[in-house]
Amino acid sequence: MRHIISVLVENEAGALSRIAGLFSARGYNIESLTVAPTEDPSLSRMTIVTYGTEEVVEQITKQLNKLVDIVKLQDLTEGAHIERELLLIKINVSSPSATADVKRLTDIFRGKVIDVSEGCYTIELTGTGDKIDAFIKAVNPKTIVETVRSGASGIARGGRALHPFNIST
Amino acid sequence: MASETEILTGADIVVRCLEEEGVDFVFGYPGGTVLHIYDALFKRQHEPNIPHRLQHILVRHEQAATHAADGYARSTGKPGVVLVTSGPGVTNTVTGIATAYMDSIPMVIITGQVVSSLIGNDAFQEVDTVGITRPCVKHNFLVNDVKSLAITLKKAFYLATSGRPGPVLVDIPKDITAHKTAFEYPKKIDLRSYKPVTNGHPGQIRRAADLLLSAKRPMIYTGGGVILGDGSDELVELTRLLGFPITQTLMGLGSYPATDKQFIGMLGMHGTYEANMAMHECDVLLAVGARFDDRVTGDVNKFCPDAKIIHIDIDPSSISKNVKVDIPIVGGVKNVLRDMIKSLKETGKKPDDAALQQWWNQIHNWQEKNCLCYDRHCDLIKPQFVIEKLYEITKGDAYITSDVGQHQMFAAQFYKFDKPRRWINSGGLGTMGFGMPAAMGVKLAFPNETVACITGDASIQMCIQELSTCKQYDLPIKIISLNNRYMGMVRQWQEMFYDKRYSHSYVEALPDFVKLAESYGHVGMRIDKPEEVEGALREALAMKDRLVFMDIVTDQTENVFPMIAAGCGQHEMVLSPLSPPSLRKETIEEDE
Repeated sequence: MRHIISVLVENEAGALSRIAGLFSARGYNIESLTVAPTEDPSLSRMTIVTYGTEEVVEQITKQLNKLVDIVKLQDLTEGAHIERELLLIKINVSSPSATADVKRLTDIFRGKVIDVSEGCYTIELTGTGDKIDAFIKAVNPKTIVETVRSGASGIARGGRALHPFNIST
Repeated sequence: MASETEILTGADIVVRCLEEEGVDFVFGYPGGTVLHIYDALFKRQHEPNIPHRLQHILVRHEQAATHAADGYARSTGKPGVVLVTSGPGVTNTVTGIATAYMDSIPMVIITGQVVSSLIGNDAFQEVDTVGITRPCVKHNFLVNDVKSLAITLKKAFYLATSGRPGPVLVDIPKDITAHKTAFEYPKKIDLRSYKPVTNGHPGQIRRAADLLLSAKRPMIYTGGGVILGDGSDELVELTRLLGFPITQTLMGLGSYPATDKQFIGMLGMHGTYEANMAMHECDVLLAVGARFDDRVTGDVNKFCPDAKIIHIDIDPSSISKNVKVDIPIVGGVKNVLRDMIKSLKETGKKPDDAALQQWWNQIHNWQEKNCLCYDRHCDLIKPQFVIEKLYEITKGDAYITSDVGQHQMFAAQFYKFDKPRRWINSGGLGTMGFGMPAAMGVKLAFPNETVACITGDASIQMCIQELSTCKQYDLPIKIISLNNRYMGMVRQWQEMFYDKRYSHSYVEALPDFVKLAESYGHVGMRIDKPEEVEGALREALAMKDRLVFMDIVTDQTENVFPMIAAGCGQHEMVLSPLSPPSLRKETIEEDE
């Protein structure tokens, strides 16, 4: 099963490699991994999307918790949560009809055209991984110049929160 | 003591921090990037009236520094300390660090690094130390400011010795050891990201107590965690209170007296028939500080098929990793066992006496098979015989280190350890070359005790250069080398599973170990007749101030039994050809 694990980690050199190293050393799957600093500059927040049996995911959370740099951890998939991913996609729009098609598709998916150059549109789209997959599928593959996805970020719904001192409110 | 205004170099700070931690020995080898630290050591050594003086032990290879520190740590419970230079100094320690990591041994490794400005430039003797060691340390640090040096070392000692212990490495660039700052060693440390659990959950402990009392065929199975967590006294009390049979892993030996009647021997691949059968047949299993290692469980799908399992461990990730358990209890072994004893007493109930009696009868039946029998009338020296004699002569009171292979298993089977921290061996990683340097660490910690290294002709050669260190520091350890001219365990597997194709397991061109020992300034002995063994052992052990290298020529064909082959369950042991035939048949058939 697919799990989204949020991790608060000390903002120290090497913390990312410890986590990545753990996954490769123990043969765990990573679908995506995102990391950025939080409002507290001493902490980074990481979202790891992984999959495996319940036993494997239990081991993953335990092994992550064991890493000295990890302050707190939460498996978002254990409760209601919101998942978002950002897509930037560059599409070839050489013909006028293609321009209209891309514009219309972008509107349907509530994306935005964020750059226009000769023959090329760059579109920004956020949503769940599924929505982004659907958008990419809807675009004529021959016209895709390049795509970049951020990997998933996630947050729990309601008062549940990942905080260094108190996990829920 | 350090006053707050004292301005010191990073190198001085390293030495002072070690003193503040009460470190007695630093095992190391100098080199370019640690020269400032070695200079600080030299200067400190010549200062009069310092509150605590540490001693540096110069090894002959960095791997031996880690094993010696490891042996010191295993025998004392205090962290072992290593100091080495960058590059090859570090890479040589990796085997020793991984050895300590696999067996959760507290150790602090201080490594020099090239100057900060050169890091990443492929400088002379540069390696990515933090990167190379990351998978085999509990944690590691690269110090990037002299101001954080003292606190980093404090963290290192705290991490190494608390929770589930392990090696912690501190990498210090050379320029940091030259920079100066005010020295203050923190008394306490608090890491928000690291809070090891010490007490077990009271509800879980009560549930466990109830389950134990309801057992008809109970077993206690304990590992190295009982020794690391100083839980031996509590384990003995609990086991006697319950009257249950107890078995231990290779790492757990000594935490319950082996001569006690409730102890039914080691379990696992080369465990006793009775221990493995009792594991297989039990209905309630209490696992304490053990991690269900593959050498213990055999095929996990066949492991303890009827048992409800209680598992006490300080590391949550050890619980339900290999085998799903019914009652997990996370906490320090000592505290949890103490609370469990209390909880059992509070119930006012006793285990089911009749069922227990029946269970013991069954176990005694298994014991009658005499699974550790060997040919006592052979003209050749049997390795088991040597260990038995060593046990008798030392009255079971020696510190025994070992290398890895058949001799290690024979030592575990035939030397009855009644006290914890007496049996020092590399269980998890299985590191050949561990035994002699580890014995050096033990001997330094316990200069008045008998320290023997049981080894083989292949293992001993992996760190043989340390005979020189033993001479320099007058470490009169006894090296008992069971010389069968083979890598015995490799040979055994080749005999059993590879149709006797002995590929590269014969050690050709062995040195004359007697002359070798003598050339290092020690005493060498060669023993090749069974009737000489006892006298030679007595003579060697009587030489209190000399290292004696005993080259004991043993039977080349001896194998370690019982044995659980790969893919088999605990009850599917291969037994010695000398075991009663009926029994052999029944177990071997199940094998197929």
